[in-house]
Amino acid sequence: MAHATAADHLQTSTGLDNRKLLMWLFLASDCLFFGSFIAAYLLYRGRSVVGPYPADLFDIPFTSVSAFILLMSSVTMVLALAAIQRGNVRNMRIWLFTTAILGTLFIAGQVFEFTEFNHEGLSLSTNLFGTTFFVLTGFHGAHVTVGVLILLSLFVVSMRGGIQQKDSLAIELAGLYWHFVDIVWIVIFTLVYLIQP
Amino acid sequence: MTLAEYRKKRGEPLIREDADGAHDDKHPSALKYVQIGLILAIITAAEVGLYYVDMNFTLLVVLLIALSVVKFSMVVLWFMHLKFDASLFSVLFTGGLALTVVVFTVAIAALGGSLT
Repeated sequence: MAHATAADHLQTSTGLDNRKLLMWLFLASDCLFFGSFIAAYLLYRGRSVVGPYPADLFDIPFTSVSAFILLMSSVTMVLALAAIQRGNVRNMRIWLFTTAILGTLFIAGQVFEFTEFNHEGLSLSTNLFGTTFFVLTGFHGAHVTVGVLILLSLFVVSMRGGIQQKDSLAIELAGLYWHFVDIVWIVIFTLVYLIQP
Repeated sequence: MTLAEYRKKRGEPLIREDADGAHDDKHPSALKYVQIGLILAIITAAEVGLYYVDMNFTLLVVLLIALSVVKFSMVVLWFMHLKFDASLFSVLFTGGLALTVVVFTVAIAALGGSLT
């Protein structure tokens, strides 16, 4: 029985790794997914007939810290990739775990924010603001949660010796997903939190 | 000519280059990533600072969107490596992004929404 080598497996008509191509296709399609929720938020902004309204609830200093944490997690993520590409598995683990911690902090902040908003009387069905805000930021939070689970899975696999320099693509793919989640928040932070007519 | 041959002709890296685990030397150093992270942090601080500045709202919107576009581009180009990677990835992603922006800008405008 012939054994396919890694090189045979990776030969593609595009000359590119299909897994990476698929990840970029997924991210391109996810742009439309988030675009629809952002558009819905912008379309219905200012059209709630009952409160509470964004200006009553948003805590910009708190959300700024959350945004900063997620932004810095992108730095630690790319440092994890740089480390494994240079064969430094130990540093890759450190940065990977740091990224997962920062992601968890972001999620914790979002849970706190949602709880506060709920105590102030805002729910998914209170008004148009509540519906569009919770759906948009909730789906983003779900993406971050999935990202944290992926990072922790990779960390556990690496602790068992399952990730070496030759497996850097796994970290790169996780990184692409993580950075995408970050850039979506860059847009949400500006359009939803900072720009309030 | 296959796409692989076309990319080889253009000098774009094929997957074989990192199949043996060797990293692509065109990727930035860790120090460069930290420098970019620092710039992103400064831009974020500037965005939050602008929020508290009393200025014309339209100008504020333009400035905030411009800053977020810069942040977005820096992450995509440097952290997601589109600046260094195969052009097909850029085509795919910017295609999806452009479609998103056009479709939803038209939809918002048509349905009476506005940023300001």
